[in-house]
Amino acid sequence: MKIPNYKTAPLKCWNKAKEIRDDFYKNYAVAHEKGGLRWSGGAWSFGAIPAGLGDDVFPLTGEPYGASIAFNKQFSIRCMEATEKKGFARDLCSYMRNYWGSVILDEYIDGGKFPKPDFMWQDHICCSHAKWYQVASDLEGGIPTCCIDVAVGPYTEVNENRLNYITGQMHDGIEWLEKITGRKYNDDKLIEAVYNECRATSLWAEICTLNKAIPAPLDEKSMYSLYVLGTLEKHSKKVADFYEELLDEVKYRVENQIAAIKNERCRVMSDTQPPWGFLKVFRYLETFGAVSIGSLYTFGLIGMWEDKEDGSWGPRTTPQQKGIKIKDRDHALKVLADWNLSKPEWQHFYSPHLKSEMMLRIAKEWKLNGIMLHYNRGCEGLSLGIAENRLALIDAGFPVMTFEGNMGDEREFDEAKTSSRMDSFMETLGFSVINE
Amino acid sequence: MIDQFRDWEKNRHAYAKAWKEKTGGKVTGYFCSYVPEEILYAANILPVRILGSHEPQDVTEAHIFGMYCPFCRDCLAQGLKGKYDYLDGLLIAQSCLHIRQAYTSWIKHVPVDFSYYLPFPNNVQSPRAVTYLAGEIKAFKTAIEKWTGKEITDQDIRDGIKIMNENRNLIHRLYEYKKKENPPVSGEETMEVAISQQLVDKKEHSEALHKLLGSINSVPDGKNNGTRLMILGSENDDIPFIRMVESVKGTIVIDDHCIGTRYFWNNVHENNGDLITSIAERYINRPACPSKDWIIRTRIKHILQLAHDYRVKGAIVIQQKFCDPHELDIPAISRALNAAGIKTLFLEFDVTVPVGQFKIRVEAFLEMLQEEDIF
Repeated sequence: MKIPNYKTAPLKCWNKAKEIRDDFYKNYAVAHEKGGLRWSGGAWSFGAIPAGLGDDVFPLTGEPYGASIAFNKQFSIRCMEATEKKGFARDLCSYMRNYWGSVILDEYIDGGKFPKPDFMWQDHICCSHAKWYQVASDLEGGIPTCCIDVAVGPYTEVNENRLNYITGQMHDGIEWLEKITGRKYNDDKLIEAVYNECRATSLWAEICTLNKAIPAPLDEKSMYSLYVLGTLEKHSKKVADFYEELLDEVKYRVENQIAAIKNERCRVMSDTQPPWGFLKVFRYLETFGAVSIGSLYTFGLIGMWEDKEDGSWGPRTTPQQKGIKIKDRDHALKVLADWNLSKPEWQHFYSPHLKSEMMLRIAKEWKLNGIMLHYNRGCEGLSLGIAENRLALIDAGFPVMTFEGNMGDEREFDEAKTSSRMDSFMETLGFSVINE
Repeated sequence: MIDQFRDWEKNRHAYAKAWKEKTGGKVTGYFCSYVPEEILYAANILPVRILGSHEPQDVTEAHIFGMYCPFCRDCLAQGLKGKYDYLDGLLIAQSCLHIRQAYTSWIKHVPVDFSYYLPFPNNVQSPRAVTYLAGEIKAFKTAIEKWTGKEITDQDIRDGIKIMNENRNLIHRLYEYKKKENPPVSGEETMEVAISQQLVDKKEHSEALHKLLGSINSVPDGKNNGTRLMILGSENDDIPFIRMVESVKGTIVIDDHCIGTRYFWNNVHENNGDLITSIAERYINRPACPSKDWIIRTRIKHILQLAHDYRVKGAIVIQQKFCDPHELDIPAISRALNAAGIKTLFLEFDVTVPVGQFKIRVEAFLEMLQEEDIF
């Protein structure tokens, strides 16, 4: 088989993505200097709601923060050990342990002391979600904390009772925010943030659909640096605007056959968070001419999807695209709840078979040769049901490779063993290292 | 005195099969103590809690990643090995992520006639939780009616509540005896009663409890005079472990387990006319599983109260390996117990426990507690 040799080029908006990310951590740290507020919570929390407190309210989302720490192995190991000294088990969520460690050590990833949040704002679908901030509050000496339970079943079974449970908690949450901050809540800002969130998360899905193209315009390792913006502030105009810009650039790459990797001849996807300290395994894959086009994780952690008329999987149509004008607070909260309940990465919390269906869909529509499943010891939420996913993918005829590791605890990742497994997987698929 | 309960616990499958044959009724397995059994009793269905066998197995590796708790894997193994081949239905009330994998894999690979996932609220401290749960219990009731083809009337529900409440009241009375200086029942015996409570028809269980309570005063004093201990933590139905602890002069007088007190601690109070809402209130207000104990830590207060009421000298804190919800609570609970002067011993459980090693640790723990008496 002739080895392809596509054009390739770095992303033009790469530095802008980096700037947004850097600003995010900086803005949180210096919020008080400008008279603003800081809140801490999960990447899936309803960030659009605290946005109604004003434009000077800055979040720190725990999972990407934990991942950033994982990337800094020396700091991460100190965080892990600090957490373990406090009596916490080392098989708990590794993002959470990194985050707690940063609090215990009183060290911020960007330097200086850990900036104490004014309040914590979380949602709960995984056993660790609410408890993460319960413990964090204990460690900080008591921080007002609010958490919204969103575990009401798969989107296909949402009904009025389930939606009301969530929106009821959201309404209570707004009253709580007003009480603990002393600020008057602004519904217009909430509505704007809801529109932004729908726009940003639908755009990200649209960007991912462009990776159906051969050659793929994006590789998963690069996508990690792009999707992450949605985990920081999916409700912000800045992120939504950035994704508009990125969409245009990726479209251009598809039209002009600009590849993520020049020798693309094998397409795979991964699953769950990668071992952040060892992203170079994706570069190793490239030596075989293999590109990871993404994963349900990269596509659906923040990206919002729906069935399109032609039967394909594509970006969910936003309320604004449907001409829906959000009238008031209650309407905004209903739209926000409904929007989030369709999140692909929330469905498998009720059944791995729902996830298998989505993975099979990606495998077929994105034209994959095989699938690499990261049995991720660091995340009980996203590794949930992964063994059943493996069985379903194999049943459907897709070659599957598994590797065990941990997204945030380098002590549980064996790089040599993983590379060796990749060698075998590639050999099975009929690919060897390309010698140039 | 507890032979009947022990027999039920040991021969749970034979019991369920015989019940089915005798009554012609349906048997449903359930995961997690949050399943509102009142509705099942209202429909004349026998609910049977799915538990493991504490035997090593090799059938779940392909279905559940090894980082999830041994209990969920042991439970699934029972299904895959056909031990529960008599079940007509399988239910789960949403709690931890671990156990739900046993449910989702089970219904795919060992299909049953009826299965139901009840999305029980996690935010039990929210004022919205009761209304939401009542809605979910109504939907559950409708699903059961559809399955059985029989309407569940208000009177049926009242009967279901009565059966459940009576059984809870009786076991409460048994636990009251454990406050005595030398309790007439051991921790092992209590566990046999508590486990069997979740395996057999509660009407029969209550009859047997009546008999037990009637004869309990004839137990000679001084039978269980070991150091008073509490046991708490993850799901625990490991009778040999309890037996071992009591063989080295410990007496388990109280527990905070979902197989024990958390299961039966509070009753349904029919106080507002709407029976389903009353049931919802009971499950929302029961002693919380750690997966639902947020943002306020209600478990600590409850556990300290139990420790006080039962005058415990030490607490054995157990955790199923990889059990995240308990891993998240144990540091805070252990700190609180220690601050209250109650020393703790932490032990990590697997499907089988190393009784020999644990015995040494328990003996050392008891010696440490007894030193206080000596000096």
